[in-house]
Amino acid sequence: MNRIKCECGHVNPEGTVLCEACGKPVEGNQHIDGNEKDKLLNMRYEGSARRSKTYNRNLVDKTWNFFSSVKVGVWLIVITLIASSLGTIFPQEMYIPPGADPATHYEEQYGLAGQIYYQLGFHNLYSSLWYMLLIALIGVSLVICSIDRVVPLHRALKKQKPKRHHTFLKRQRLFSQTEGDVDIEKFISRLKKQRYRVTRQDDSILAEKGRFSRWGPYVNHIGLIIFLLGALLRFIPAMYVDDFVWVREGETVVIPSTHGEYYVKNKNFILETYNEKENERFQAALQQEAAPVPSNYQTNAVIYKRTDPRVVGAEPELEPINEAEIRVNEPAKFNGFALYQSSFQQNEFTKMSFKLHETGNEEKVLGEFTIDLTSPKTEYELDSGARVVIDQYYPEYYLDNGEPRSKSKYPKNPAFVFYVYPPGEEKPEISFAGIGMNIDATGENDYKLNLAGFDTRDVTGLTVKKDYTLPFLGIGGLIFMIGVIQGMYWNHRRIWLQKSKDKVWIAGHTNKNWYGIKRDIEKVIEGTGIEMPEDQQQLKG
Amino acid sequence: MGDLVTISSNLLYAAFIIYLVATFFFGATVGTKKQDGKSKAGTIGITLTIIGFLTQVGYFITRWIASQHAPVSNLFEFTTFFGMMMVFAFIIIYFIYRLNVIGLFTLPVALLIIAYASMFPREISPLVPSLKSHWLYIHVTTAAIGEAILAVSFAAGLIFLIRQIDQTKKSKHTFWLEFVIYAIFSTLGFVLITTAFGAMDYETKFEAPLDGQVVTMDYHLPAIAGPHDGESVSESTIGPLFETPEWMRGQEASSKFNTLLWSLLTGLVIYGIVRLILRKRVAAAIQPKLQKVSPDLIDEVSYRAVSIGFPVFTLGALIFAMIWAQEAWNRFWGWDPKEVWALITWLFYAYFLHLRLSRGWHGTKSAWLAVGGFAIIMFNLIAVNLVIAGLHSYA
Ligand code: HEM
Repeated sequence: MNRIKCECGHVNPEGTVLCEACGKPVEGNQHIDGNEKDKLLNMRYEGSARRSKTYNRNLVDKTWNFFSSVKVGVWLIVITLIASSLGTIFPQEMYIPPGADPATHYEEQYGLAGQIYYQLGFHNLYSSLWYMLLIALIGVSLVICSIDRVVPLHRALKKQKPKRHHTFLKRQRLFSQTEGDVDIEKFISRLKKQRYRVTRQDDSILAEKGRFSRWGPYVNHIGLIIFLLGALLRFIPAMYVDDFVWVREGETVVIPSTHGEYYVKNKNFILETYNEKENERFQAALQQEAAPVPSNYQTNAVIYKRTDPRVVGAEPELEPINEAEIRVNEPAKFNGFALYQSSFQQNEFTKMSFKLHETGNEEKVLGEFTIDLTSPKTEYELDSGARVVIDQYYPEYYLDNGEPRSKSKYPKNPAFVFYVYPPGEEKPEISFAGIGMNIDATGENDYKLNLAGFDTRDVTGLTVKKDYTLPFLGIGGLIFMIGVIQGMYWNHRRIWLQKSKDKVWIAGHTNKNWYGIKRDIEKVIEGTGIEMPEDQQQLKG
Repeated sequence: MGDLVTISSNLLYAAFIIYLVATFFFGATVGTKKQDGKSKAGTIGITLTIIGFLTQVGYFITRWIASQHAPVSNLFEFTTFFGMMMVFAFIIIYFIYRLNVIGLFTLPVALLIIAYASMFPREISPLVPSLKSHWLYIHVTTAAIGEAILAVSFAAGLIFLIRQIDQTKKSKHTFWLEFVIYAIFSTLGFVLITTAFGAMDYETKFEAPLDGQVVTMDYHLPAIAGPHDGESVSESTIGPLFETPEWMRGQEASSKFNTLLWSLLTGLVIYGIVRLILRKRVAAAIQPKLQKVSPDLIDEVSYRAVSIGFPVFTLGALIFAMIWAQEAWNRFWGWDPKEVWALITWLFYAYFLHLRLSRGWHGTKSAWLAVGGFAIIMFNLIAVNLVIAGLHSYA
């Protein structure tokens, strides 16, 4: 390595633009920060030696230099920005109606543009490989770019001396020269009052404040990186549980993805809607709505932990650990898991009672029986000696081209084919009965089954979540906020003063907010005889 | 209870008038020698602004009491709040830089935003379960404050551009600057035309097919663009001049499109009249009045507003939003359009900040970026809410 020794005695690393100690421009390196074209010095990295500007020999150097370029970083940000907006032109796949086939949906809804959108894969843009690659590139760029700068910047700020080379002072944006006598002591005490840290070396003074704000960008970049790594952890299955369970009122079921360790009981599901009388203030708004507006979805649940050693087939022993009211926005939490109110089904049938009577005479009853729809028996003996056998059970009955079928195994619209054996008979009559229907296929039945009553219950849909990545995201977000506030709400201001026999030089630099430092300088030089520095970089006009 | 609602809306009305008067006082400071807060008109202007702001805070509190939830839960409430926060952000910036001219440009934008807000249903609306969360209020208010501070950067950027762009010859700059002014006039156009036909209770109905069913579509402005395959069912004689393109679907898509056309046309008329009176570009007419403004300082104000607003925006629109989404929908991020546009806004301002660090990106370029950022924020507020409906869609 070619170290560069400055005339002030300080030894600088190769690639240095301004001596770390005294700020004297290093000859032959001025092009690095574009100083030769400008009257003012580029102070962004204090003229420190960045690896990316020093070496460009092999592939490692070239890769490093590519990713440490802010230009590249900024391009990556813009490309990501534009790419993200493309994904909002039409809905993403997860927002199209459930059951719709994306292959045809986009074309049907949005015509040719929709078809192109689909074929380019934009319907799943944010999980596409190229989008994730973009984010990854930003991450890599962030890391390399930050390391490239923060180390030399830190060195330069630590090594700086109050005594500065005259070209360094003259080529600051704020600079002035005062001839004659000035009151240095007053100047220093004023600086201290403005909360500057003042260091003195012979006749040179450095006043500095807010240096820590220079680390803000690096802190916020670290936060971003932690956040991105946290997001990456989602690809490890063990970090992340996302499951779903339906629980009927009164039922206790095992919570999926907990290895059979936890159970949940749905005591009661509650759906409340706004009612104009109780909520007078919403009256006007409610009258505009066609349908009732829901105000609460809630499951009163008990969460149990299984306490017995797990044996296949054995009834679990459960110990209640948490009695919870789960609402939207108020999940129930236990042992790192959370149960969210996500969905519901109202009025699922639990029991149905039928009455058997003579056709045409409802008074002549042969008996009544109740079917428990969760575990229907196949045969029911009535008091009169009649028997009813369930031949077919359709939990969610519908007619498919004239054929009776069930949409699901959930009793939302139960229907039955019954064999009815009148007392003493061996040959059954066939009867088809369900909600609001009773069909006698032959038209010759002597007996008829009538729905005598039913019970219903609600079903709640709970999402089961466990997410070990959240702490990473939270910490990443927190560090980002700390860094961004550190960098944005404070700034690094420095004022240099140098006295020689007959004149005094004063120069000022801040990394942002020049109006602020000018006001500081105005205050500290008042009555000291020092001339107000001139802003050497005013916009014309 | 009903009384409180009336008091509340009267307070809002009063705040609006006070802001308007304050604007005139700030206007009176422009072109005079003193650009700092020492001019008398400027002092009155800022005093009125503060009184107006407190009045609007009164609106906010009374409405909160009346509705029993923070009034940021529908488009009217949110947008009004956003306008209020713009005034707040201006007051902060005023006390840092003491520039009257910022008030002259920020207050009219805030006024327009509040007027725009009141074109939407103003009833107190009930909260559906997913909106019942303290995190919602925290998220929405912080995001609005962040966006409002960023909006001040737009106002400053606009001042910079009007002050600095060479008006002696036609250029891309002069064209786009006039375009921005036209866009502002169109917002005014929207307010005026909606109010005018609203006062007449204008309504016309169409029947048109939607997803295989014939539905009725209400228009509150005369139809320039009727629904696709629509049939007028009112006796109204003013027929549509043409039909909305087929791909604009949804119950209200065509009437929203029609409203957009009306706003753009009214904006054009206003712009035309102003241009006829001035006989030069609008920006060129304002330019001489801004000669006393220091471009350096305005450039710094624009940047400063971004550097103050960016962290607040990040916190409100991204971090608090994620916390709320995690509680409400058990996913902290769902790529719904509103979220994506918040991300885009954030990336855009990150882009702005990084460019600002390089040479050559101060001044005009930076001012254009401030204008672009505000355009994105408005797009998110208006277009994404109204057009690309997502989970957040208040309307
Ligand atoms: C979305 C991603 C990013 C965000 C939100 C972000 C945020 C920030 C912020 C807020 C600052 C402070 C700006 C200021 O003080 O005015 C900053 C500075 C900086 N960022 Fe980023 N950044 C991102 C990505 C990147 C990337 C990809 C690079 C790599 C090229 C990069 C390189 C830098 C550099 C070099 C600085 C200046 C440091 C200094 O001069 O002290 N950033 N960033």
